[in-house]
Amino acid sequence: MPNKGKSSTKKKLDLKKIMDRIAEASKQVVSGVEEEKVENWVTIHVMGRAYEVPADLTILTAMEYAGYKFIRGVGCRQGFCGACSTLYRKKGEYKLQTGMACQTRVEDGMFLVQIPFTPAEKPSYDINDLNYDVNVLFRYYPELARCVSCNTCTKACPQDLEVMDYVQAAIKGNFEELAEESFDCIQCGLCAIRCPSEIVQYNVAQLGRRLYGRYDSPEPEHLKKRLEEIKEGKFDEEMEKVTKHSRKELEQMYAERKREEE
Amino acid sequence: MKVPYYPGCTLKTKAKNFETSALAVAKKLGIELIELPRWNCCGTVYSLTDDDLIHHVAPIRNLIRVQEMNKNGLVENDHRLVTLCSMCFNTLKRSNIRVLENSDDLKKINDFMYLEEDYEGNVEVIHFLELIKDIGFEKIRENVTNPLEGLKIAPYYGCMLLRPKEVGIDDPEEPVIQAELLSALGAEVIDNPYKKVCCGSYQTIQDKQVVSNLAYDILMRAKDAGAEAITLSCPLCMFNLDSRQKEIKEEHPYFNEIPVFYFTQLMAIGFGLNEDSYGLDLNYVNPESLLLEKNLIRRNNAK
Repeated sequence: MPNKGKSSTKKKLDLKKIMDRIAEASKQVVSGVEEEKVENWVTIHVMGRAYEVPADLTILTAMEYAGYKFIRGVGCRQGFCGACSTLYRKKGEYKLQTGMACQTRVEDGMFLVQIPFTPAEKPSYDINDLNYDVNVLFRYYPELARCVSCNTCTKACPQDLEVMDYVQAAIKGNFEELAEESFDCIQCGLCAIRCPSEIVQYNVAQLGRRLYGRYDSPEPEHLKKRLEEIKEGKFDEEMEKVTKHSRKELEQMYAERKREEE
Repeated sequence: MKVPYYPGCTLKTKAKNFETSALAVAKKLGIELIELPRWNCCGTVYSLTDDDLIHHVAPIRNLIRVQEMNKNGLVENDHRLVTLCSMCFNTLKRSNIRVLENSDDLKKINDFMYLEEDYEGNVEVIHFLELIKDIGFEKIRENVTNPLEGLKIAPYYGCMLLRPKEVGIDDPEEPVIQAELLSALGAEVIDNPYKKVCCGSYQTIQDKQVVSNLAYDILMRAKDAGAEAITLSCPLCMFNLDSRQKEIKEEHPYFNEIPVFYFTQLMAIGFGLNEDSYGLDLNYVNPESLLLEKNLIRRNNAK
Protein backbone atom coordinates (compact mmCIF):
# COMPACT_ATOMS: atom_id res chain seq x y z
CA MET A 1 0.00 0.00 0.00
CA PRO A 2 1.47 3.32 -1.00
CA ASN A 3 1.56 5.85 1.75
CA LYS A 4 -0.42 8.74 0.35
CA GLY A 5 0.83 11.19 2.90
CA LYS A 6 4.45 10.76 1.91
CA SER A 7 5.75 12.21 -1.28
CA SER A 8 8.41 10.28 -3.09
CA THR A 9 11.88 11.73 -2.76
CA LYS A 10 13.27 11.15 -6.18
CA LYS A 11 15.22 14.41 -6.09
CA LYS A 12 17.58 14.85 -3.25
CA LEU A 13 16.59 17.94 -1.28
CA ASP A 14 19.20 20.64 -1.09
CA LEU A 15 18.53 21.68 2.46
CA LYS A 16 21.02 24.48 2.50
CA LYS A 17 19.51 26.06 -0.58
CA ILE A 18 16.04 25.91 0.95
CA MET A 19 17.19 27.41 4.24
CA ASP A 20 18.98 30.19 2.37
CA ARG A 21 15.80 30.99 0.47
CA ILE A 22 13.80 31.11 3.68
CA ALA A 23 16.38 33.38 5.27
CA GLU A 24 16.35 35.62 2.22
CA ALA A 25 12.56 35.83 2.18
CA SER A 26 12.31 36.69 5.86
CA LYS A 27 14.98 39.35 5.80
CA GLN A 28 13.90 42.77 6.93
CA VAL A 29 12.55 44.63 3.98
CA VAL A 30 12.59 48.03 5.62
CA SER A 31 15.97 49.65 5.36
CA GLY A 32 17.24 52.75 7.03
CA VAL A 33 16.07 51.87 10.52
CA GLU A 34 19.04 52.37 12.81
CA GLU A 35 18.02 50.22 15.69
CA GLU A 36 20.37 51.77 18.24
CA LYS A 37 18.78 55.14 17.60
CA VAL A 38 15.19 53.91 18.06
CA GLU A 39 13.98 55.15 21.40
CA ASN A 40 10.49 53.72 21.47
CA TRP A 41 9.55 50.19 20.70
CA VAL A 42 6.11 48.64 20.66
CA THR A 43 4.84 45.10 20.47
CA ILE A 44 2.42 44.25 17.71
CA HIS A 45 0.83 40.89 17.05
CA VAL A 46 0.56 39.87 13.43
CA MET A 47 -1.88 37.01 13.03
CA GLY A 48 -1.25 36.15 16.66
CA ARG A 49 2.54 36.32 16.68
CA ALA A 50 4.32 39.07 18.61
CA TYR A 51 6.97 41.34 17.12
CA GLU A 52 8.95 44.19 18.64
CA VAL A 53 8.95 47.07 16.18
CA PRO A 54 9.97 50.74 16.24
CA ALA A 55 7.02 52.81 17.41
CA ASP A 56 7.08 55.35 14.59
CA LEU A 57 6.44 52.90 11.75
CA THR A 58 3.17 52.37 9.96
CA ILE A 59 1.55 48.94 10.13
CA LEU A 60 2.85 48.28 6.65
CA THR A 61 6.46 49.24 7.30
CA ALA A 62 6.38 47.60 10.75
CA MET A 63 5.31 44.31 9.19
CA GLU A 64 8.07 44.65 6.63
CA TYR A 65 10.50 45.43 9.42
CA ALA A 66 9.36 42.22 11.09
CA GLY A 67 10.16 40.30 7.95
CA TYR A 68 6.89 40.12 6.04
CA LYS A 69 7.16 40.68 2.33
CA PHE A 70 4.02 41.89 0.59
CA ILE A 71 3.26 40.55 -2.84
CA ARG A 72 -0.50 41.23 -2.50
CA GLY A 73 -2.37 43.62 -0.24
CA VAL A 74 -0.06 46.53 -0.89
CA GLY A 75 -0.10 49.20 -3.56
CA CYS A 76 0.51 52.91 -3.65
CA ARG A 77 1.71 53.25 -0.01
CA GLN A 78 0.06 56.69 -0.02
CA GLY A 79 -3.45 55.91 1.16
CA PHE A 80 -5.05 56.16 -2.25
CA CYS A 81 -5.31 52.69 -3.72
CA GLY A 82 -7.16 50.83 -0.99
CA ALA A 83 -5.06 47.65 -1.21
CA CYS A 84 -3.70 47.35 2.34
CA SER A 85 -6.91 47.04 4.39
CA THR A 86 -6.25 45.98 7.96
CA LEU A 87 -8.38 44.84 10.88
CA TYR A 88 -7.01 45.23 14.38
CA ARG A 89 -7.97 45.23 17.98
CA LYS A 90 -5.95 46.73 20.78
CA LYS A 91 -5.30 44.75 23.93
CA GLY A 92 -8.04 45.26 26.49
CA GLU A 93 -10.42 46.98 24.07
CA TYR A 94 -13.70 45.53 22.83
CA LYS A 95 -13.63 47.50 19.61
CA LEU A 96 -12.53 45.96 16.34
CA GLN A 97 -10.86 48.71 14.34
CA THR A 98 -10.07 49.21 10.71
CA GLY A 99 -7.42 51.09 8.82
CA MET A 100 -5.13 51.20 5.85
CA ALA A 101 -1.78 49.63 6.80
CA CYS A 102 0.17 52.34 4.98
CA GLN A 103 -1.65 55.16 6.82
CA THR A 104 -1.94 53.81 10.35
CA ARG A 105 0.84 53.96 12.89
CA VAL A 106 1.53 50.92 15.02
CA GLU A 107 0.43 51.03 18.62
CA ASP A 108 1.50 48.88 21.50
CA GLY A 109 -0.62 45.78 21.95
CA MET A 110 -2.14 45.87 18.48
CA PHE A 111 -3.46 42.53 17.24
CA LEU A 112 -3.82 42.77 13.51
CA VAL A 113 -4.52 40.94 10.31
CA GLN A 114 -4.37 42.04 6.70
CA ILE A 115 -7.42 41.82 4.43
CA PRO A 116 -5.79 41.77 1.01
CA PHE A 117 -8.99 40.87 -0.81
CA THR A 118 -12.73 41.20 -0.18
CA PRO A 119 -14.97 38.54 -1.65
CA ALA A 120 -17.68 40.82 -3.01
CA GLU A 121 -20.55 40.47 -5.42
CA LYS A 122 -19.73 42.38 -8.58
CA PRO A 123 -22.17 41.79 -11.41
CA SER A 124 -21.24 42.86 -14.91
CA TYR A 125 -23.44 45.25 -16.85
CA ASP A 126 -23.31 47.57 -19.82
CA ILE A 127 -23.98 51.06 -18.56
CA ASN A 128 -25.55 52.01 -21.91
CA ASP A 129 -28.23 49.30 -21.56
CA LEU A 130 -29.38 50.39 -18.11
CA ASN A 131 -32.22 52.69 -17.17
CA TYR A 132 -31.42 55.65 -14.97
CA ASP A 133 -33.63 54.34 -12.24
CA VAL A 134 -33.36 53.19 -8.63
CA ASN A 135 -34.64 49.76 -9.72
CA VAL A 136 -31.31 49.15 -11.44
CA LEU A 137 -29.51 49.39 -8.10
CA PHE A 138 -31.95 46.92 -6.53
CA ARG A 139 -31.74 44.57 -9.50
CA TYR A 140 -27.97 44.19 -9.17
CA TYR A 141 -27.76 44.65 -5.40
CA PRO A 142 -31.09 43.51 -3.88
CA GLU A 143 -29.44 43.18 -0.46
CA LEU A 144 -29.52 47.01 -0.32
CA ALA A 145 -33.04 46.63 1.05
CA ARG A 146 -31.62 44.80 4.07
CA CYS A 147 -29.85 47.90 5.42
CA VAL A 148 -30.78 48.36 9.10
CA SER A 149 -29.10 51.79 9.35
CA CYS A 150 -26.68 50.52 12.00
CA ASN A 151 -23.89 52.77 10.65
CA THR A 152 -21.25 50.05 11.04
CA CYS A 153 -20.03 50.77 7.50
CA THR A 154 -19.42 54.43 8.34
CA LYS A 155 -17.45 53.48 11.45
CA ALA A 156 -15.30 51.11 9.36
CA CYS A 157 -14.48 53.60 6.61
CA PRO A 158 -10.81 54.67 6.66
CA GLN A 159 -11.75 57.59 4.39
CA ASP A 160 -14.25 58.93 6.94
CA LEU A 161 -17.07 58.78 4.41
CA GLU A 162 -20.69 58.76 5.54
CA VAL A 163 -21.16 55.30 4.04
CA MET A 164 -24.57 54.65 5.57
CA ASP A 165 -25.82 57.97 4.24
CA TYR A 166 -24.82 57.08 0.69
CA VAL A 167 -26.38 53.62 1.01
CA GLN A 168 -29.58 55.34 2.13
CA ALA A 169 -29.26 57.77 -0.78
CA ALA A 170 -29.10 54.72 -3.07
CA ILE A 171 -32.29 53.33 -1.53
CA LYS A 172 -34.01 56.69 -2.09
CA GLY A 173 -32.82 56.78 -5.70
CA ASN A 174 -30.86 59.97 -5.00
CA PHE A 175 -28.03 59.41 -7.46
CA GLU A 176 -26.47 62.82 -6.97
CA GLU A 177 -26.03 62.35 -3.24
CA LEU A 178 -24.84 58.77 -3.77
CA ALA A 179 -22.19 59.97 -6.23
CA GLU A 180 -21.07 62.96 -4.18
CA GLU A 181 -20.96 61.19 -0.82
CA SER A 182 -19.05 58.19 -2.17
CA PHE A 183 -16.68 60.15 -4.38
CA ASP A 184 -13.60 59.66 -2.17
CA CYS A 185 -14.10 55.89 -1.82
CA ILE A 186 -10.89 53.91 -2.32
CA GLN A 187 -12.73 50.57 -2.51
CA CYS A 188 -10.78 48.97 0.33
CA GLY A 189 -13.75 46.72 1.10
CA LEU A 190 -13.77 47.25 4.88
CA CYS A 191 -17.39 48.47 4.91
CA ALA A 192 -18.53 45.33 3.11
CA ILE A 193 -16.53 43.09 5.47
CA ARG A 194 -18.24 44.65 8.51
CA CYS A 195 -21.81 45.04 7.16
CA PRO A 196 -24.30 42.82 9.04
CA SER A 197 -26.64 43.02 6.06
CA GLU A 198 -23.95 41.85 3.65
CA ILE A 199 -24.27 44.86 1.39
CA VAL A 200 -21.32 45.58 -0.91
CA GLN A 201 -21.46 49.33 -0.42
CA TYR A 202 -18.55 50.33 -2.63
CA ASN A 203 -19.75 48.40 -5.65
CA VAL A 204 -23.26 49.84 -5.25
CA ALA A 205 -21.68 53.30 -5.13
CA GLN A 206 -19.61 52.62 -8.22
CA LEU A 207 -22.70 51.62 -10.19
CA GLY A 208 -24.44 54.72 -8.83
CA ARG A 209 -21.60 57.02 -9.87
CA ARG A 210 -21.47 55.45 -13.31
CA LEU A 211 -25.20 55.91 -13.83
CA TYR A 212 -25.04 59.47 -12.54
CA GLY A 213 -22.07 60.27 -14.75
CA ARG A 214 -23.61 58.64 -17.80
CA TYR A 215 -27.13 60.02 -17.50
CA ASP A 216 -27.24 62.99 -15.18
CA SER A 217 -24.14 64.93 -14.21
CA PRO A 218 -23.80 68.12 -16.23
CA GLU A 219 -21.29 68.01 -19.07
CA PRO A 220 -18.31 70.22 -18.16
CA GLU A 221 -18.23 73.34 -20.33
CA HIS A 222 -14.45 73.35 -20.79
CA LEU A 223 -14.50 69.76 -22.03
CA LYS A 224 -17.25 70.55 -24.52
CA LYS A 225 -15.25 73.52 -25.80
CA ARG A 226 -12.04 71.54 -26.10
CA LEU A 227 -13.77 68.73 -28.02
CA GLU A 228 -15.11 71.29 -30.46
CA GLU A 229 -11.64 72.76 -30.90
CA ILE A 230 -10.25 69.31 -31.64
CA LYS A 231 -13.02 68.70 -34.16
CA GLU A 232 -12.30 72.01 -35.83
CA GLY A 233 -8.66 71.01 -36.27
CA LYS A 234 -7.06 73.43 -33.84
CA PHE A 235 -4.41 70.89 -32.86
CA ASP A 236 -3.96 69.08 -36.21
CA GLU A 237 -0.82 70.92 -37.20
CA GLU A 238 0.91 70.41 -33.86
CA MET A 239 -0.15 66.79 -33.78
CA GLU A 240 1.31 66.16 -37.20
CA LYS A 241 4.56 67.82 -36.16
CA VAL A 242 4.82 65.58 -33.12
CA THR A 243 4.03 62.34 -34.93
CA LYS A 244 6.66 62.97 -37.60
CA HIS A 245 9.56 63.15 -35.16
CA SER A 246 11.78 60.18 -34.43
CA ARG A 247 11.89 58.69 -30.96
CA LYS A 248 15.24 60.32 -30.33
CA GLU A 249 14.01 63.74 -31.40
CA LEU A 250 10.98 63.34 -29.17
CA GLU A 251 13.15 62.44 -26.21
CA GLN A 252 15.24 65.54 -26.80
CA MET A 253 12.15 67.69 -27.15
CA TYR A 254 10.85 66.27 -23.89
CA ALA A 255 14.10 67.01 -22.09
CA GLU A 256 14.16 70.56 -23.43
CA ARG A 257 10.48 71.26 -22.96
CA LYS A 258 9.34 74.48 -21.39
CA ARG A 259 8.11 73.71 -17.93
CA GLU A 260 5.21 75.33 -16.24
CA GLU A 261 6.12 77.31 -13.18
CA GLU A 262 5.57 75.38 -10.00
CA MET B 1 -45.78 76.81 10.49
CA LYS B 2 -42.69 74.67 9.97
CA VAL B 3 -43.02 70.99 10.85
CA PRO B 4 -40.41 68.21 10.53
CA TYR B 5 -41.37 65.82 7.78
CA TYR B 6 -40.29 62.25 7.06
CA PRO B 7 -40.85 61.19 3.40
CA GLY B 8 -39.61 57.56 3.28
CA CYS B 9 -38.01 55.89 0.29
CA THR B 10 -41.17 55.11 -1.68
CA LEU B 11 -42.22 58.75 -1.75
CA LYS B 12 -38.92 59.49 -3.49
CA THR B 13 -39.35 56.71 -6.06
CA LYS B 14 -42.66 54.97 -6.87
CA ALA B 15 -44.95 57.35 -5.00
CA LYS B 16 -43.57 60.75 -5.99
CA ASN B 17 -47.13 61.84 -6.69
CA PHE B 18 -48.01 61.29 -3.02
CA GLU B 19 -45.22 63.66 -1.99
CA THR B 20 -45.71 66.37 -4.62
CA SER B 21 -49.44 66.57 -3.93
CA ALA B 22 -48.95 66.54 -0.14
CA LEU B 23 -46.30 69.25 -0.19
CA ALA B 24 -48.47 71.44 -2.41
CA VAL B 25 -51.52 70.92 -0.21
CA ALA B 26 -49.54 71.63 2.97
CA LYS B 27 -48.17 74.84 1.46
CA LYS B 28 -51.69 75.95 0.63
CA LEU B 29 -52.67 75.33 4.25
CA GLY B 30 -49.74 77.41 5.47
CA ILE B 31 -47.69 74.41 6.62
CA GLU B 32 -44.10 74.10 5.55
CA LEU B 33 -43.09 70.44 5.73
CA ILE B 34 -39.33 70.51 6.36
CA GLU B 35 -37.68 67.32 5.17
CA LEU B 36 -35.65 65.62 7.87
CA PRO B 37 -31.94 66.02 7.05
CA ARG B 38 -30.06 62.74 6.61
CA TRP B 39 -33.15 60.60 7.16
CA ASN B 40 -32.73 56.88 6.71
CA CYS B 41 -35.05 53.93 6.14
CA CYS B 42 -37.93 53.91 8.64
CA GLY B 43 -37.26 50.25 9.43
CA THR B 44 -40.01 49.18 6.99
CA VAL B 45 -41.67 46.66 9.27
CA TYR B 46 -41.91 46.92 13.04
CA SER B 47 -39.99 44.03 14.54
CA LEU B 48 -42.12 42.15 17.06
CA THR B 49 -39.33 40.00 18.47
CA ASP B 50 -38.50 40.83 22.10
CA ASP B 51 -34.73 40.95 21.80
CA ASP B 52 -34.39 42.11 18.21
CA LEU B 53 -33.27 45.64 18.94
CA ILE B 54 -31.17 46.16 15.82
CA HIS B 55 -34.35 46.68 13.77
CA HIS B 56 -35.30 49.62 16.00
CA VAL B 57 -32.04 51.43 15.38
CA ALA B 58 -33.24 52.85 12.03
CA PRO B 59 -36.50 54.37 13.34
CA ILE B 60 -34.89 55.80 16.49
CA ARG B 61 -32.03 57.31 14.47
CA ASN B 62 -34.67 59.23 12.49
CA LEU B 63 -36.21 60.52 15.71
CA ILE B 64 -32.78 61.82 16.78
CA ARG B 65 -32.75 63.85 13.54
CA VAL B 66 -35.94 65.60 14.73
CA GLN B 67 -34.14 66.59 17.94
CA GLU B 68 -31.23 67.89 15.85
CA MET B 69 -33.59 69.94 13.66
CA ASN B 70 -34.91 71.66 16.74
CA LYS B 71 -31.40 72.32 18.05
CA ASN B 72 -30.19 73.59 14.67
CA GLY B 73 -33.13 75.93 14.37
CA LEU B 74 -34.57 74.29 11.26
CA VAL B 75 -37.86 74.21 13.12
CA GLU B 76 -38.96 76.12 16.16
CA ASN B 77 -39.59 73.83 19.06
CA ASP B 78 -41.75 71.43 17.05
CA HIS B 79 -41.08 67.83 17.98
CA ARG B 80 -43.80 66.41 15.81
CA LEU B 81 -42.66 64.24 12.92
CA VAL B 82 -45.15 64.21 10.06
CA THR B 83 -45.34 61.10 7.90
CA LEU B 84 -47.33 60.32 4.78
CA CYS B 85 -46.65 56.66 4.06
CA SER B 86 -48.77 54.56 6.42
CA MET B 87 -46.00 51.97 6.75
CA CYS B 88 -43.38 54.54 7.78
CA PHE B 89 -45.89 56.10 10.16
CA ASN B 90 -46.61 52.77 11.82
CA THR B 91 -42.99 51.66 12.14
CA LEU B 92 -41.69 54.99 13.44
CA LYS B 93 -44.50 55.50 15.91
CA ARG B 94 -44.47 51.94 17.19
CA SER B 95 -40.71 51.90 17.73
CA ASN B 96 -41.02 55.22 19.53
CA ILE B 97 -43.65 53.76 21.86
CA ARG B 98 -41.51 50.70 22.45
CA VAL B 99 -38.42 52.61 23.58
CA LEU B 100 -40.46 55.03 25.67
CA GLU B 101 -42.03 52.10 27.50
CA ASN B 102 -38.75 50.17 27.82
CA SER B 103 -35.97 52.38 29.10
CA ASP B 104 -33.48 49.48 28.97
CA ASP B 105 -34.12 49.12 25.25
CA LEU B 106 -33.65 52.84 24.74
CA LYS B 107 -30.38 52.79 26.67
CA LYS B 108 -29.06 49.88 24.61
CA ILE B 109 -30.01 51.58 21.35
CA ASN B 110 -28.51 54.89 22.48
CA ASP B 111 -25.31 53.11 23.54
CA PHE B 112 -25.10 51.31 20.22
CA MET B 113 -25.47 54.62 18.36
CA TYR B 114 -22.66 56.24 20.33
CA LEU B 115 -21.78 58.56 17.46
CA GLU B 116 -25.24 60.17 17.68
CA GLU B 117 -26.65 62.25 20.48
CA ASP B 118 -28.97 60.27 22.75
CA TYR B 119 -32.63 60.05 21.85
CA GLU B 120 -34.42 61.95 24.59
CA GLY B 121 -37.85 60.51 23.89
CA ASN B 122 -39.69 63.72 23.15
CA VAL B 123 -40.66 63.19 19.50
CA GLU B 124 -44.26 62.62 18.51
CA VAL B 125 -44.78 60.72 15.27
CA ILE B 126 -47.98 61.78 13.53
CA HIS B 127 -49.65 61.13 10.21
CA PHE B 128 -50.44 63.99 7.83
CA LEU B 129 -54.14 63.13 8.23
CA GLU B 130 -53.83 63.90 11.95
CA LEU B 131 -52.19 67.22 11.20
CA ILE B 132 -55.12 68.05 8.89
CA LYS B 133 -57.58 67.06 11.57
CA ASP B 134 -55.75 69.31 14.06
CA ILE B 135 -55.99 72.22 11.64
CA GLY B 136 -59.65 71.46 11.28
CA PHE B 137 -61.84 70.34 8.42
CA GLU B 138 -63.43 73.78 8.41
CA LYS B 139 -60.10 75.18 7.24
CA ILE B 140 -60.04 72.54 4.50
CA ARG B 141 -63.52 73.58 3.39
CA GLU B 142 -62.37 77.21 3.21
CA ASN B 143 -59.58 76.28 0.82
CA VAL B 144 -61.72 74.32 -1.63
CA THR B 145 -62.08 76.17 -4.92
CA ASN B 146 -62.83 73.15 -7.06
CA PRO B 147 -65.27 71.08 -4.99
CA LEU B 148 -65.33 67.36 -5.76
CA GLU B 149 -69.07 67.51 -6.29
CA GLY B 150 -70.66 64.36 -7.60
CA LEU B 151 -67.51 62.31 -7.13
CA LYS B 152 -68.31 59.12 -5.25
CA ILE B 153 -65.33 58.00 -3.25
CA ALA B 154 -64.75 55.05 -0.95
CA PRO B 155 -61.89 55.65 1.50
CA TYR B 156 -59.63 52.68 2.19
CA TYR B 157 -57.53 52.49 5.35
CA GLY B 158 -55.74 49.15 5.34
CA CYS B 159 -54.04 48.15 8.56
CA MET B 160 -51.06 50.43 9.15
CA LEU B 161 -53.10 53.56 9.88
CA LEU B 162 -55.33 51.80 12.38
CA ARG B 163 -53.55 48.95 14.10
CA PRO B 164 -52.51 48.25 16.75
CA LYS B 165 -54.96 50.47 18.56
CA GLU B 166 -52.31 52.49 20.46
CA VAL B 167 -50.64 53.37 17.16
CA GLY B 168 -53.74 53.94 15.04
CA ILE B 169 -54.96 57.42 14.20
CA ASP B 170 -58.65 56.56 14.35
CA ASP B 171 -61.18 54.04 15.62
CA PRO B 172 -59.73 50.73 14.40
CA GLU B 173 -63.19 49.35 13.69
CA GLU B 174 -64.99 52.39 12.32
CA PRO B 175 -62.47 54.91 11.04
CA VAL B 176 -63.93 58.19 9.75
CA ILE B 177 -60.99 60.54 9.28
CA GLN B 178 -60.75 60.16 5.51
CA ALA B 179 -64.55 60.37 5.17
CA GLU B 180 -64.55 63.68 7.05
CA LEU B 181 -61.78 65.00 4.87
CA LEU B 182 -63.49 63.93 1.65
CA SER B 183 -66.77 65.49 2.78
CA ALA B 184 -64.94 68.74 3.41
CA LEU B 185 -63.62 68.54 -0.15
CA GLY B 186 -67.19 68.25 -1.38
CA ALA B 187 -67.08 64.60 -2.43
CA GLU B 188 -69.78 62.05 -1.81
CA VAL B 189 -68.36 59.49 0.62
CA ILE B 190 -69.22 55.86 0.00
CA ASP B 191 -68.79 53.45 2.87
CA ASN B 192 -66.90 50.31 1.88
CA PRO B 193 -67.39 47.46 4.36
CA TYR B 194 -63.95 46.21 3.25
CA LYS B 195 -62.17 49.47 4.08
CA LYS B 196 -59.97 47.77 6.69
CA VAL B 197 -59.46 44.42 4.97
CA CYS B 198 -55.82 43.57 4.33
CA CYS B 199 -54.56 44.40 0.85
CA GLY B 200 -52.14 41.47 0.95
CA SER B 201 -49.15 43.60 1.78
CA TYR B 202 -45.77 42.12 0.82
CA GLN B 203 -47.41 38.91 -0.44
CA THR B 204 -47.53 40.91 -3.64
CA ILE B 205 -43.90 39.93 -4.29
CA GLN B 206 -44.27 36.21 -3.60
CA ASP B 207 -47.78 35.57 -4.81
CA LYS B 208 -49.55 38.07 -7.06
CA GLN B 209 -52.64 35.90 -7.14
CA VAL B 210 -53.25 36.13 -3.38
CA VAL B 211 -53.08 39.90 -3.62
CA SER B 212 -55.14 40.29 -6.75
CA ASN B 213 -57.87 38.14 -5.15
CA LEU B 214 -57.91 40.32 -2.03
CA ALA B 215 -57.80 43.50 -4.12
CA TYR B 216 -60.66 42.23 -6.27
CA ASP B 217 -62.85 41.71 -3.19
CA ILE B 218 -61.99 45.13 -1.74
CA LEU B 219 -62.57 46.95 -5.03
CA MET B 220 -65.76 45.06 -5.89
CA ARG B 221 -67.30 45.85 -2.50
CA ALA B 222 -66.52 49.53 -3.08
CA LYS B 223 -67.94 49.43 -6.60
CA ASP B 224 -71.05 47.56 -5.47
CA ALA B 225 -71.63 50.31 -2.92
CA GLY B 226 -71.48 52.83 -5.74
CA ALA B 227 -67.90 54.12 -5.52
CA GLU B 228 -66.21 55.60 -8.57
CA ALA B 229 -62.81 55.90 -6.97
CA ILE B 230 -60.80 54.88 -3.89
CA THR B 231 -58.55 56.96 -1.64
CA LEU B 232 -55.76 55.71 0.60
CA SER B 233 -52.49 56.74 2.21
CA CYS B 234 -50.17 53.76 1.83
CA PRO B 235 -47.93 53.23 -1.22
CA LEU B 236 -48.03 49.47 -0.75
CA CYS B 237 -51.86 49.44 -0.57
CA MET B 238 -51.73 51.69 -3.62
CA PHE B 239 -49.65 49.20 -5.56
CA ASN B 240 -51.88 46.31 -4.55
CA LEU B 241 -55.20 48.02 -5.22
CA ASP B 242 -54.11 50.05 -8.25
CA SER B 243 -51.39 48.25 -10.21
CA ARG B 244 -52.71 44.77 -9.41
CA GLN B 245 -55.87 45.65 -11.34
CA LYS B 246 -53.82 44.41 -14.30
CA GLU B 247 -53.89 40.88 -12.81
CA ILE B 248 -57.55 41.28 -11.77
CA LYS B 249 -58.41 42.12 -15.36
CA GLU B 250 -56.63 39.00 -16.58
CA GLU B 251 -58.65 36.87 -14.16
CA HIS B 252 -61.94 38.74 -14.56
CA PRO B 253 -62.18 40.11 -18.12
CA TYR B 254 -65.41 42.00 -17.37
CA PHE B 255 -63.90 43.87 -14.42
CA ASN B 256 -64.01 47.62 -15.02
CA GLU B 257 -60.98 49.40 -13.66
CA ILE B 258 -61.52 51.85 -10.83
CA PRO B 259 -59.13 54.74 -10.13
CA VAL B 260 -57.23 54.80 -6.85
CA PHE B 261 -55.92 58.10 -5.42
CA TYR B 262 -53.70 59.19 -2.60
CA PHE B 263 -55.99 61.38 -0.49
CA THR B 264 -53.57 64.26 -1.05
CA GLN B 265 -54.10 64.08 -4.82
CA LEU B 266 -57.81 64.71 -4.34
CA MET B 267 -57.03 67.52 -1.90
CA ALA B 268 -54.78 69.16 -4.50
CA ILE B 269 -57.56 68.85 -7.08
CA GLY B 270 -60.17 70.20 -4.62
CA PHE B 271 -57.91 73.12 -3.74
CA GLY B 272 -57.53 73.87 -7.45
CA LEU B 273 -53.72 73.70 -7.24
CA ASN B 274 -51.37 73.51 -10.20
CA GLU B 275 -51.97 70.15 -11.83
CA ASP B 276 -48.24 69.39 -11.86
CA SER B 277 -48.68 68.62 -8.19
CA TYR B 278 -51.32 65.92 -8.86
CA GLY B 279 -48.87 63.49 -10.46
CA LEU B 280 -51.71 61.57 -12.08
CA ASP B 281 -49.34 59.99 -14.59
CA LEU B 282 -47.98 57.74 -11.83
CA ASN B 283 -51.39 56.22 -11.05
CA TYR B 284 -51.71 52.88 -12.83
CA VAL B 285 -55.43 53.19 -13.54
CA ASN B 286 -55.74 56.46 -15.40
CA PRO B 287 -58.20 58.64 -13.48
CA GLU B 288 -58.40 61.39 -16.08
CA SER B 289 -61.61 60.35 -17.84
CA LEU B 290 -63.41 60.23 -14.50
CA LEU B 291 -62.06 63.65 -13.48
CA LEU B 292 -62.92 65.12 -16.88
CA GLU B 293 -66.41 63.68 -16.68
CA LYS B 294 -66.89 65.42 -13.33
CA ASN B 295 -65.39 68.65 -14.65
CA LEU B 296 -62.64 68.50 -12.06
CA ILE B 297 -59.79 68.92 -14.51
CA ARG B 298 -59.81 70.69 -17.85
CA ARG B 299 -59.34 68.73 -21.03
CA ASN B 300 -56.56 70.88 -22.45
CA ASN B 301 -54.64 70.44 -19.24
CA ALA B 302 -55.07 66.69 -19.05
CA LYS B 303 -51.85 64.89 -19.71
